[in-house]
Amino acid sequence: MPAISMKVNGKAVSGNVENRTLLVDFIRTNLGLTGTHVGCDTSQCGACVVHIDGKAVKSCTTLAVACEGASVTTIEGIAKNGTLHPMQQAFHENHGLQCGFCTPGMIMASIDIVKRNGKKVSEEVIRRELSQNICRCTGYHNIVAAVQSAAEKM
Amino acid sequence: MENFNYHRPATVNAAAALLKKSKGGSYMAGGHTLLPTMKQGLASPSDIIDLTAIKGFSGITIGKSAVVVKGGTTHMEVATSAAVKKAIPALAELAGKIGGVHVRHKGTIGGSIANSDPAADYPSACLGLGATIVTNKRKIPADAFFTGMFQTALKDGEIITEVSFPIPKKSSHMKFPNPASRYALVGVFVSQDAGGKVRVAVTGAGPKVFRVPDMEAALSKSFAVSALAGISAKAKGLNADMHATAEYRAHLIGVLARRAVEAAK
Ligand SMILES: Cc1cc2nc3c(=O)[nH]c(=O)nc-3n(C[C@H](O)[C@H](O)[C@H](O)COP(=O)(O)OP(=O)(O)OC[C@H]3O[C@@H](n4cnc5c(N)ncnc54)[C@H](O)[C@@H]3O)c2cc1C
Ligand code: FES
Ligand code: FES
Repeated sequence: MPAISMKVNGKAVSGNVENRTLLVDFIRTNLGLTGTHVGCDTSQCGACVVHIDGKAVKSCTTLAVACEGASVTTIEGIAKNGTLHPMQQAFHENHGLQCGFCTPGMIMASIDIVKRNGKKVSEEVIRRELSQNICRCTGYHNIVAAVQSAAEKM
Repeated sequence: MENFNYHRPATVNAAAALLKKSKGGSYMAGGHTLLPTMKQGLASPSDIIDLTAIKGFSGITIGKSAVVVKGGTTHMEVATSAAVKKAIPALAELAGKIGGVHVRHKGTIGGSIANSDPAADYPSACLGLGATIVTNKRKIPADAFFTGMFQTALKDGEIITEVSFPIPKKSSHMKFPNPASRYALVGVFVSQDAGGKVRVAVTGAGPKVFRVPDMEAALSKSFAVSALAGISAKAKGLNADMHATAEYRAHLIGVLARRAVEAAK
């Protein structure tokens, strides 16, 4: 099995994987970071979103071997010294989750949205750019409110 | 998903040699068509030859008369390129409507075109602008490139290195996305070149992207919504599925073509 090494949440990690191992499986099984979820089999739900080299991508549709040398950030890597990331805090305060299954992907996608669109990102842009993060519980309203509130603080 | 050998060549020639040597290998760029297909068990290549480490395989150059997009350029790069937005705004807009953000961060123009999905967006820009698809072997006009559902003129092992889009006088892209998948239920790309000649290309509606000669002729005479009065697309031969009937798709072609002409810039 090929050996791979990359940076995950700022730490150097390595492991042996099959070529077919998806990044999400490497993260969950090899590294034990189970915050990143798998919600579908069709690359459509967004529960698995992580950042690779600063960009939001679906870790269920990325080969682990292709991430050799990359820098990956998961939901476990965004709080600093025990303080929630402003986006996590805003989801908490705005009741942007119910069961929480979609939340890690929502938060990683939302941080990416604010990074690219800035503090003044509009509701329309947030709704459009979250369209491939599916939530079965909330009705999205409070998620959008959370992203807008976090944007100002990021 | 079946296992495979994985390669990450640094040049186009090395990639082509690896594919030739493999028993049934496949190139991979963004992997956003290939990997979902493999997960469904619809493909099981012996080897994956990852094109993303090839030097100079992505990027955009704007010439006097054409926008040239390298084969490995992501949808996000095209959607956010200030130079593309200025030269062919409709092309940047189209790229920005592909899938969602996460898909646009990975998916590439070469992968999209090589796949010739009947509901993919880029094929309509290629046909609607009269693009030239450049491979490691030759240049293929868009009109001869898309040969059928998931079929193209590419020969075994041929790699798309560039797509060259002539800069039109005006163009526009309208898409009615399938709300679940974001692929085009119907998409229409309209362009008018410097000499006034118009192209109308439709994706999502038929087995492959196609042009609408009646609309092109009318719009070449007068580039106005009124020129389309009385011209309707025929439902015969169009796709029908759980999302839309052939009649509904034919109706959408007319609606989107009118909106595209109205919005063209
Ligand atoms: C959830 C989701 C939503 C999507 N929505 C849309 C949408 O709305 N509109 C749309 O158009 N598309 C959509 N797509 C498809 C997406 O745009 C794909 O990224 C694209 O079609 C394929 O590009 P890729 O780089 O990922 O190709 P890959 O998956 O890497 O490859 C696809 C095929 O092309 C071949 N190939 C790749 N690069 C080259 C090359 N340079 N030369 C020759 N052959 C090559 C591969 O061998 C393979 O057979 C969606 C995909 C997903 C997962
Ligand atoms: S798990 Fe659904 S998109 Fe990745
Ligand atoms: S909170 Fe339950 S799926 Fe989104």
